[in-house]
Amino acid sequence: MSTPSVSKGCFVFKPSAKKRKKNPTVEDYFTHGCEDMENSRLRFRTCQSLCEKMKTDTELLQDELNRNILNSLLEFIRKSASAFQRGTDDWGSRMRAHEIPTAALVLGVNVPDHNMTFQSLSDQVQQTVTPFVVSLQAKECSAVKELMQKVLERLMGTSVTVNDDDQGETEHCTTSIGQKRVHCSLKTLSDWYKTVTEKAYSGTPGKKRTSKREDVQPPIVVIFKDLEVFSPKVLQDFIVICSRYVEQLPLIFVFGIATAPSVIQHTLPHSVSSLLGIELFHSLSCTQHLATVIDQVILTSDFPFKLSGKVLQVLVSIFLYHDFSVRNFIKGLQLSLLEHFHSQPLSVLCCRKPEALGRVTKLSHQDVERIQQLSSFMRYVEQQGPQEQVELLTNDDHVKDVCQELLVDLHRYHKNYYPILRCLHVLTSTLPKYPLGKQIRELHISCLEKNVWENDEYVSAMTLLRMMAKEELVSALQKCSSILKHEKTKKMRAALLRLDDLIANFHKPDSVAETAAVVAITSPGRSLQKKTDLFQLQKSLLEMKESRRTKKMSQFEMLRDESLEFIDSLVRCHLAPPESQPLYEVCYYSSSAVLRRHLNATPRTSIQTALSNPYHYLKNENLRTEDGAFTSSAPDICIVYKLHLECGRLINLYDWLEAYATVVSAAEGKDPESADYGKVDELKHARFIQAVSELEFLGFIKSTKQKTDHVSRLTWGGC
Amino acid sequence: MTSNQFDRYAIRCLSSSSMPGPLHHPGYEDNKLQRVSKLLQCRDVQASVLLGLMGEPEQYSYPSIFIYGHRATGKSHVIHTLLKELELPYATLTCVECVSLGLLFEQILLSLFGPDSATLLSRSPSLSDFVRVYKQLCAQNSVKQTKYIVLDRAELLRDMEANLLPAFLRLQELVEDNVTVILLSEIVWDKFRPNTGCFEPLLLHFPDYSKDQLQQILSEDSHPSYSSELYSAFINILLGVFYSVCRDLRELRHLAALNFSKFVEPLENGKVTESETHKLWRNIEPHLKKAMQTVYLREVSSVQWEQHQQMAEKEAGAVRGLSAHGHVELPYYSKFLLIAAYLASYNPARTDRRFFLKHHGKIKKTNFLKKHEKTSNHLLGPKPFPLDRLLAIFYSVVDSRVAPTASVFSQISSLVTLQLLSQVGHDDQLDAPKYKCAVSLDFIQAISRTVSFDIVKYLYDFL
Repeated sequence: MSTPSVSKGCFVFKPSAKKRKKNPTVEDYFTHGCEDMENSRLRFRTCQSLCEKMKTDTELLQDELNRNILNSLLEFIRKSASAFQRGTDDWGSRMRAHEIPTAALVLGVNVPDHNMTFQSLSDQVQQTVTPFVVSLQAKECSAVKELMQKVLERLMGTSVTVNDDDQGETEHCTTSIGQKRVHCSLKTLSDWYKTVTEKAYSGTPGKKRTSKREDVQPPIVVIFKDLEVFSPKVLQDFIVICSRYVEQLPLIFVFGIATAPSVIQHTLPHSVSSLLGIELFHSLSCTQHLATVIDQVILTSDFPFKLSGKVLQVLVSIFLYHDFSVRNFIKGLQLSLLEHFHSQPLSVLCCRKPEALGRVTKLSHQDVERIQQLSSFMRYVEQQGPQEQVELLTNDDHVKDVCQELLVDLHRYHKNYYPILRCLHVLTSTLPKYPLGKQIRELHISCLEKNVWENDEYVSAMTLLRMMAKEELVSALQKCSSILKHEKTKKMRAALLRLDDLIANFHKPDSVAETAAVVAITSPGRSLQKKTDLFQLQKSLLEMKESRRTKKMSQFEMLRDESLEFIDSLVRCHLAPPESQPLYEVCYYSSSAVLRRHLNATPRTSIQTALSNPYHYLKNENLRTEDGAFTSSAPDICIVYKLHLECGRLINLYDWLEAYATVVSAAEGKDPESADYGKVDELKHARFIQAVSELEFLGFIKSTKQKTDHVSRLTWGGC
Repeated sequence: MTSNQFDRYAIRCLSSSSMPGPLHHPGYEDNKLQRVSKLLQCRDVQASVLLGLMGEPEQYSYPSIFIYGHRATGKSHVIHTLLKELELPYATLTCVECVSLGLLFEQILLSLFGPDSATLLSRSPSLSDFVRVYKQLCAQNSVKQTKYIVLDRAELLRDMEANLLPAFLRLQELVEDNVTVILLSEIVWDKFRPNTGCFEPLLLHFPDYSKDQLQQILSEDSHPSYSSELYSAFINILLGVFYSVCRDLRELRHLAALNFSKFVEPLENGKVTESETHKLWRNIEPHLKKAMQTVYLREVSSVQWEQHQQMAEKEAGAVRGLSAHGHVELPYYSKFLLIAAYLASYNPARTDRRFFLKHHGKIKKTNFLKKHEKTSNHLLGPKPFPLDRLLAIFYSVVDSRVAPTASVFSQISSLVTLQLLSQVGHDDQLDAPKYKCAVSLDFIQAISRTVSFDIVKYLYDFL
């Protein structure tokens, strides 16, 4: 069995499901421990459909993103195949050494993410160019023999399935393999290839594959998924062998490269790399990939489930700091979705608007109570008049009615939020030093956390916007208007009208004002040149500043201020953080700590917690201690661990044993004055040895040869 | 015949045939030999020595001949042409292809005794199986001619089973048949000789082609639509540029084919006539120099190079080679882990205190310099370091507090998979694994620039 993980560690493979008699479904797990079965079933179904939607959406998106590179790769493969078929007609190709066409595909450092790309590549190649595609992974090819075996197995295997309708062919293939174990050499392959292509050529004309002359010699594509991990010797030998058959077999290689293309030159000497004709292909960088995923899945009002700023921050920082894996990001997203639906009973309302409104009416009394306890709802109640407050706290039906209104408001809020966010991003993303962030996700996070207009960065961004040249400002505003064009809410339509108005005003000729401005700028400039004294210069500059402030604003300046004020008002109106919206808890998942604990596990910290504070996991009241204190009734390993913290790099085993015996005797409640207090008996000795070996297993100590009867510590730091 | 007599015989052959001239041998027809000598340009001496050694078709030949010389000096070409044109029974195989012994034996038997012969071999045959089957087949067919087994890239035989090479060297005795084994290799015989001693083959060296010989050979394949003088002039220019870096005939032929179209471009346009060689030279020379830096090093593929030639001059800078893309994007902490690994690899462990402790006091470099450390650590290469030193440096260089999460540890493994770090010694992960940093100074400087970390300030060598 294999795992796609790059890290080393233990993986648990559960026994296959068939063996168990009755296995609970996922739904049972989900609803386990919930009082309200009906509600949780509903939640589970909503969650599943959302999860499905997210999965298909992101897959579509990834296909879309990969399309460019896949197309160019396919083009390359097709071109190479046709070049092979043209053969050795002209002088140039006869004289040239035959190179194996090779595509070096640079995919970025996250290797597990590549699987999908390779899968779709080989699928597409199989559908459009050739049935002969082999994907190889380094871990299955530790020697040339194995590599060759894998190539042959997969190629000849495909031929059997490809020619399914051709009964004779299938039998022939299997018998030739069955009769005698064929030797894994390329000679076998080239013989096989010859028979297969000849068969296809002389086959019935009705077949699709034989209709065109081109398809008679489909190339053989060998994909090396992770080039870095292949042992250089194996790779070199394989290439040398292949190059000997390059005239009979139309081979094409694809190298999947995680780091940089120069790795080819590091692994292959010139004598081998001169056998390849390498062309470079770059995939989209993973940060761009993430930006698109966020843009399509998170920054949209179509998707009812939302993340709070902190949760998004956790997911993004795992991506940026740790793994660069878009797949893991999506997994994290799905986990938070699941967590949200599992932990928040009111998430039943987290669905599309019409369904949500329907579900509100069916809420039970308990659910209504839950709504009343929501902090955002309580804040809303406090803002109402006293009569209304009483109604909201006592009358279930009234609460449901209000809830419907509030949900509509919430949906409207989202519909307005995202376009305005994009507009603000368009305006600020070109500013120097990116006061509000380069990526839209940064802006989104700061908007989620608090009122964005209260940030210093927002103020400075607005000042910078005021300094923009006319063309830049107008083009940015035009982009905004094109964003708003797609929106359908009333407010957005009104905003669009206003914005178009402003843009039109910008385009109006304002020759008078402009010439005036030119004069104003040039005249002090001329006077500047005359003066040489520093003090005078400063003074004149101050004067100029003064005069500019008092000067009547040009038409452009007035328009600019007007449009920026308009933008500012839009931001203040629509970009308020979700906490300000009543019932936001229904849609927003906010327990970032849970997510962090699940996604970014800290095994070392957990072990240390378990050893130094056993109560944390065992929940045994006897073990409960004040900070830093330690009960002597703790498990042996904890006592041993605690004692070892007090030692230096080398630990004397006998001293350690003595100390342990003393602690354990105290736990047994023996009289400190008695003779056998702290005495080592066989039982204690055995318990001690067991605890020490457990500690060794956990990697805290190891035996050493430096000193007899000592062990060395492997961790640093003490108590 | 004792081996001493054999040596004398070989020397006589060598001395008698050292004069270049048309091949001549009583055992073979003259017209065949003429055809051979036409195919074997500049290798007359070697060919006639070989002919002398082979003797007449039914005479016993020397049991094993070892031929060595650089790449593309015509070793296999000479042998193959001789054997093929003189219609002798032979088996030729490349050892790199023979991933198993069985494959090696099978191919020999197949080409010497026909398609059915290999079925006699067992599943995974040993050497004695091979000898037995060979004898058996030999008894069945009555060919008296000397059989030849040519083993290309014979240096790989050394890595196979220990008895294989000595056995092949005296196969004639083992199978009691008229058979000669010819070994081809790029390295000298001294590197082959097993410790236990073995039968010494006859050694034959193929020297590199001289510049004139290369000129002569390459001029042969002139373009059909141009005169051979023109092509010869082109080869002259080509060799002028490439001879100093490349003497590989195959590669030179490839380069000639790639660049010829550019050479004749002014002729096609009618700007220059064939006689104006200087103008032609001026046109092609910078182009060839560029080819040396790009297509010769396989920075760009030959196809790309040809496309590039067809493009207009102004787009000429567009082709970027493989090594132009040296940039690697890494996650933030991976960058710092790599930086920490680099520091741990190139700084002596004693100096960590000076670099990473706040109050280290003033320690001058000279004060704690040990004698053997005077040479730069960068000249000595990376040194292995334990995991905990890596983590200690990591925590002190990274600017924020980092929890020791599982993903930090898995990033170390990822870096090993990407070959940016390499693991040293044993595979025991529990017992303090050791690593080495496998990246260059330029690479790490580029990485640390992206996280605005001044690595030079932390390197002991640059103090």
